[in-house]
Amino acid sequence: MSLALPALHNLLAVPVLLPILAATVLIALPRRWLAAQRLISGLSVLGLLAATIALWLGDAGHSILVYPMGDWPAPFGIVWVYDPLAGLMLLLTATVALISLLYAIGSDTESQGAHFHALFQAQLFGLNGAFLTGDVFNLFVFFEVLLLASYGLMLHGGGAARGRAGLHYLIINLVGSTLFLFAVGALYGVLGTLNLADLAQRISTAPAEQYPLIAAASLMLFVVFAIKAAAFPLYLWLPATYAETSAPVAALFAIMTKVGLYAMLRVHGTLFAADTAPAALRDLLAPWWLWLGIATLIMATLGVWAAASLRRQIAYLVLTSVGTLLIALGLNSAAALTGGLYYWVQSTLLTAGFFLLADAIVRARGHDDWRVAAAIRPFAPLAILFFVYAVALVGLPPFSGFIGKALILKAALDSPLAPAIFATVLISSVLLVVALARSGSALFFQQQNCPPPAWALTRSSWLAIALPLGLMIGWVVAAGAITHALAQTSQQQLDTARYLRAVFEPTGFAPHTGAQP
Amino acid sequence: MMIWLFAGLIGSLTAAGVYLTLRAQTFPVVLGLTLLSYAVNLFLFGMGRLNTNAAAVLGANATYTDPLPQALVLTAIVIAFAMTAFVIVLALFTRHTLGGDGVNGESSDRRDS
Repeated sequence: MSLALPALHNLLAVPVLLPILAATVLIALPRRWLAAQRLISGLSVLGLLAATIALWLGDAGHSILVYPMGDWPAPFGIVWVYDPLAGLMLLLTATVALISLLYAIGSDTESQGAHFHALFQAQLFGLNGAFLTGDVFNLFVFFEVLLLASYGLMLHGGGAARGRAGLHYLIINLVGSTLFLFAVGALYGVLGTLNLADLAQRISTAPAEQYPLIAAASLMLFVVFAIKAAAFPLYLWLPATYAETSAPVAALFAIMTKVGLYAMLRVHGTLFAADTAPAALRDLLAPWWLWLGIATLIMATLGVWAAASLRRQIAYLVLTSVGTLLIALGLNSAAALTGGLYYWVQSTLLTAGFFLLADAIVRARGHDDWRVAAAIRPFAPLAILFFVYAVALVGLPPFSGFIGKALILKAALDSPLAPAIFATVLISSVLLVVALARSGSALFFQQQNCPPPAWALTRSSWLAIALPLGLMIGWVVAAGAITHALAQTSQQQLDTARYLRAVFEPTGFAPHTGAQP
Repeated sequence: MMIWLFAGLIGSLTAAGVYLTLRAQTFPVVLGLTLLSYAVNLFLFGMGRLNTNAAAVLGANATYTDPLPQALVLTAIVIAFAMTAFVIVLALFTRHTLGGDGVNGESSDRRDS
């Protein structure tokens, strides 16, 4: 191949190594050296952004890059696999991290407790590792890393309500981790491997009497990912967790539910792919995804209506995007996945930004619920931002949520469940518009005469709030080119045979033999 | 015989763990999570098949046992240990800030044992 490939391969290690290096240095720094912490954390996030952009541009041919750890070949060693889908997730994570970090620095969240930046970088380490790994047990380890960091981040700043929500979040995820280990152990016991590509290959040749065990283990794994993704009925931990934690952490957590969805797509999409899996196992999950998506969407919409505070309402908006995405994944076609990925990126960015905006609004009003408060100052910027965020997230034209939902619905036309999907998505959209309009009028138009709380946002906080909207507008303007690229990505994602070939015969990367033409 | 004993042990540990995890106080929940992690460690270990008189080294013996589950168990033990330590600290924290050992923070004088 070309000389550029090994360089690109080495770049693959950066998204994982850079944050863990930064975290290691940050732990050692004393708490009062805030400027140095900011510098290291900021440089790490910028480096991450640069590396992920370089990987994305360098991999313009949409090849699958495989990085064997310690140069052990695929089924024996652990491999990291970079394909366009993982690349998109890395890029999204770095962007959300930048937005969150800007606000954390601007709003002084970081100084409310020790080690904010170290935990933040450890979280990025876990996220990027989970996106890159091609091994199920390695995925478990990275899940634990990102969860352990998220427990610390979630509790950052302390407080009773946060402690209670954190305890629930911790316990449900510990149960999930145990279940993950049971599933991984059962898969290993039956199939004798943990490498994702190898698992897919062995499932395709497994004798029929092993099918029930494989199905049980895989469905247990699905439950674990459903906890992470907050799918119905395992979403009850999410609203309190996201509403009670500090705003930059909630913004960063916008990517966390997407990790669960990504793991479903990666693991179950590879193990039970249409082109390799035996016919009896192929449709194992098909009945679950769509109905779970529809149920999640319905419950999340009701939650948006019932939410007692703005931040809880936004947490339920995160859930509506989970429901919509589960529907898109459940349709299991390239067209649906394209629409899903389009929706995926913009909903992550917008919910992240909306959490930050909510923090600003809560500061301006002095409390988080719908009680009447003093007039909001500055009125115009906050009201306009709220309006645009609400309309874009719900999915009204001309914003990106509309295009994403339209693409998903168009792909759903062929599905036998089309009536249920159309009814749920469209009715929920209408209900969300009404609910957010009601919140907007309660927040901005009902006011009483009392002195407003003194508050101010720094320029970097305003930038962090505005940045997702700017990216969203770019996402709309370039929608044609983006959907074209995403269509390639999703076609490649469904081409499991190609993934298996890439893992078992890594071409162009032979550091020791070096003789590849 | 050994295999039934082993399976029964994992089963009863899991059942006890699930029961305790569903309790309403933090201390039984922590105990339940610990029991669950014991159960899963044994389960992972068993997934390498149960052998006696077999080293996890190739060539040292005529029979050898699968070393990979042992490595997995080691990782799982370390992670479960760290998580248990964390959940105990958090349970103590909420016990202090919320003034009760209930998982929702309310104090409870009920004795469940």
